[in-house]
Amino acid sequence: MAIAAFAPTTAGAPQGETKRGGRTALFLLIPCIAYLALFFLAPLISLVLTSFQAPRLYGDIGQYDYAFRWENYADVIGEYWPQILRSFGCALAATVIALIISYPLAYFIGVTMRRYSLAQSLLLVLVVAPFFISFLLRTLAWKQILSNESPIVHALQAVSLLGPGEYFIGSPAAVIFGLVYNFVPFMTLPLYASLERLDSRLLEAGSDLYANAFTTFRTVTLPLSIPGIVSGTLLTFIPAAGDYINASRDFLGSPDTSMLGNAVEANFLVLQNFPAAAALSIILMGAILILVAVYVRRSGTDELV
Amino acid sequence: MARAAFADSGADLQLIGVRKEFPGFTAIDDLDLTIPAGSFFALLGPSGCGKTTTLRLVAGLESATAGSILIGGKDVTREKAHQRPVNTVFQSYALFPHMTVLENVAFGLRRRGIGDPVAKAHEALKLVELDHVSSRKPAQLSGGQQQRVALARAVVNRPALLLLDEPLGALDLKLRRQMQLELKTIQGEVGLTFLHVTHDQEEAMTMADTVAVMNKGRIEQLGAPEELYELPRTAFVATFLGQSNLFAGEIVSAGDDVVAIDVAGRRIAVPTSRTRRRSGRVVLGVRPEKLLLHTTAPDYDSTVNSIGPGRVLDVSFSGVSTSYLVAVPGFGTVTVFAQNMVFGPVVTVGAEVWLSWRVEHGFGLDDDPADLPQLALDSDSEASLDEQRHRAVLAATDAEL
Repeated sequence: MAIAAFAPTTAGAPQGETKRGGRTALFLLIPCIAYLALFFLAPLISLVLTSFQAPRLYGDIGQYDYAFRWENYADVIGEYWPQILRSFGCALAATVIALIISYPLAYFIGVTMRRYSLAQSLLLVLVVAPFFISFLLRTLAWKQILSNESPIVHALQAVSLLGPGEYFIGSPAAVIFGLVYNFVPFMTLPLYASLERLDSRLLEAGSDLYANAFTTFRTVTLPLSIPGIVSGTLLTFIPAAGDYINASRDFLGSPDTSMLGNAVEANFLVLQNFPAAAALSIILMGAILILVAVYVRRSGTDELV
Repeated sequence: MARAAFADSGADLQLIGVRKEFPGFTAIDDLDLTIPAGSFFALLGPSGCGKTTTLRLVAGLESATAGSILIGGKDVTREKAHQRPVNTVFQSYALFPHMTVLENVAFGLRRRGIGDPVAKAHEALKLVELDHVSSRKPAQLSGGQQQRVALARAVVNRPALLLLDEPLGALDLKLRRQMQLELKTIQGEVGLTFLHVTHDQEEAMTMADTVAVMNKGRIEQLGAPEELYELPRTAFVATFLGQSNLFAGEIVSAGDDVVAIDVAGRRIAVPTSRTRRRSGRVVLGVRPEKLLLHTTAPDYDSTVNSIGPGRVLDVSFSGVSTSYLVAVPGFGTVTVFAQNMVFGPVVTVGAEVWLSWRVEHGFGLDDDPADLPQLALDSDSEASLDEQRHRAVLAATDAEL
């Protein structure tokens, strides 16, 4: 009888605790949820609504009414498809080049320099060091270095890599160069994080099992660093696809190299065609989401230990 | 396609004058070692003695500073690890975490381009009774299972020489015994040469045909397990491989049969064949289980050495045997293991006892007594029994560790 009387209380106690714990967690989450709702969800809804707006009848430039004008999307795709393609093309090229540059760098810092922890930290600081200067200033500095009168351009012309009237600034190569430069640290750090954890005993096991250095790299090192490759390429590709600084004519680009970001900027700030700018932004977001989803699925990161 | 064939049988291993220096210290100093084909060879020593470095040199994971390494008569000193006909079972197993068990085992076969790697990998997994987990990832297996996968991954390649780097270190005692038996069976079945590195003397003695005891980058003694145990040549071997009671004395006469040694005024005989020293000071030893405990002074017998009286400092009962620590003036603290033929200990702490052992059980060491500081025992008769006992127990515990 006594036991029966106690039973519900003891059984109920942990449950009540969980509920209270759940309520505390919820309470602590309120600022985060409020922040996200206010600064992320609301603008997103506003952006979607804006993208369907129609010009006000007899209104001024920049005056729009809420509507469901899906033709906005067809219009911007029709008008800006070269910029859209260029965005993803440049971002892809920059990602691949950044990966080729960053992988050996990250391997050197994370694996080769393992024994010298001081040198390792120093090298990591050097990778991050450019962040201490505004990236606008750094990109402008590159514009100076690569300008038409610079010794570099003269040298390139002298060896006929550039024709007599050709210059580097304003070319797609310059835009890709700028993207690579700006995003190499974003590629290097995640790669470093995954290579730093690489167990060198596995490499020894590889060589013990008749794999030469290259085969060991291909069959052991590379598959084990896939999580780093995936996060590095995402951290590079996503912002690079939306970048509008490097491609802008004020920095390393020209009107011929303008990317999706530049089209959004022009529509929003210059043409005051807010629906078009909004529609372009949503296209960019949707395309990136789909590409990333396919990419993450294909690379099978969820299966990795 | 097959770039390399399976080894038909184990190959012999020869190390000639091998040295390995790391910045600041010499790990291996002028090592000469021959391991006959098809044998199970154990390299035994405390951590830091250079045994793992020796193994890594043979595997090609380290390069020798000097000397040469021959496998099956072929000089492989300059060959890289992946070119050598050896495989290693690593202490950490080093299984590839991103591959299935099957792919791990097939890895070496694929690299060498041997036909039908999947079927052969399944066969190797059957040998270690793990074929049913072939599609799992290593992280999903228990420690013992991972160890067996590591073994299968090495054995499947039929290397001329299989290197085992303390592969049983992480297993619990029961699994360890089971794996020891399995390893021995596999070695017999496939006829490979095994080089097993371990710090566990019991493991080395139960598994290997030949044991080499290594200390400070050198091999102290090499031989069959019984030989090493019954006739250790140095104090290090005598105390590392099991326990020994060591006494220092002066040789008084060396006959054809026995060498007579004066230890603290008592004449102790050691068979001439079991000591190499013929004059001067010498260290003699006897294993604790060879000693007999008497409660009265034993009668004189020329085939038996006897010492005493001494005082029992400690008695510890451990089931099959009881170990007694006995303080004998001039001989220090002597350890005696006695089988429990009767129920419980026969004497208690503080009892006066005599010890004896048959002459043929004693052995003389090659060491110079002056080099063995642990023998400079002060027969400190003024210390109380309790103090002596405390010190002796501490020393005995130290020796066991």
